[in-house]
Amino acid sequence: MKEAIRDRQHSSEDIVKAFGEEPMFDIGDEVIVSVRYPIGHFRVPNYVRGKRGIVEAVIKPTAINNEEEGYGRNAGKRRHYYRVAIAMTELWPQYVPPGDGLRIEIFETWLERR
Amino acid sequence: MELHGHDHASEPQAHDEAPGYYEVMETALRELLVEKKLIDPAEIRRQIEVLDSRNPALGAKIVARAWVDPGFRSRLLADGRKACEEFGITFYDDTGLIVLENTAEVHNLIVCTLCSCYPRPVLGLPPDWYKQKPYRARAVKEPRALLAEFGTHIQDSVEIRVSDSTAMLRYLVLPLRPAGTENFSEEQLASLVTRDAMIGVVTAELPETKEIMQ
Repeated sequence: MKEAIRDRQHSSEDIVKAFGEEPMFDIGDEVIVSVRYPIGHFRVPNYVRGKRGIVEAVIKPTAINNEEEGYGRNAGKRRHYYRVAIAMTELWPQYVPPGDGLRIEIFETWLERR
Repeated sequence: MELHGHDHASEPQAHDEAPGYYEVMETALRELLVEKKLIDPAEIRRQIEVLDSRNPALGAKIVARAWVDPGFRSRLLADGRKACEEFGITFYDDTGLIVLENTAEVHNLIVCTLCSCYPRPVLGLPPDWYKQKPYRARAVKEPRALLAEFGTHIQDSVEIRVSDSTAMLRYLVLPLRPAGTENFSEEQLASLVTRDAMIGVVTAELPETKEIMQ
């Protein structure tokens, strides 16, 4: 830890990052898609809400929040999208064969840690 | 995004039906934006030309190059948009591109359950069925039954991976190169790659096999 701090003293890592600039989730993180029904424009289909998945990739760079953009508010609201892997059997319990899966990009504000 | 001939009275009418609700809405909004000088009619016409200049032949060239050039293939899989830009394919709509490689273990299928997100910069306009609800719903609920209706039968041991585009990313399927094409030129290979193969509803096939069957 001390070494890490010393290494950072002469590097650009001293730069303080804004909220939302660093991804909240990493590849492999186990997540659940939030269950919310906001009014307005958002891009999380109903069928994935409340479903469990695993972060497969962090999408760079950050993007503006669709929900805010729908009301013309864009400034300071950039966050990451995550490519999330969800098993078909998680979406549809009767699904066969069990190996099939879904991939979908979910905005950071819609993901919860599990 | 159709331009209607209402201000060109001499133009022959393509259909006699009264414009629908959304058509009227689109015309009203467009005229208002033009009147307020927020957009120019030439910009709309230009954008239609941009869309018309994109078609599946572009995507097929990308796929054929990836089949013959391993370096390009890795660049394409690492950053689809950047690799397409090497070909001069611009991404006028500010979308990213994820290229999904089909393998012996994984078959990819693309859909947009919310609307009709589609890799337009490389494939042009989506087919009608892609935009309609049966495809959009069934692709994520029963992809195997759906694929079977396209004549595509994927073994249960092969994973079907459905990508639902809902954000600023679009997908393009990189199909498996058909066996027996070792001596094909890049151009010949491109001719085997169909729009539907790049959506993932079919595989890339040799046309000869069908002709022989008939």
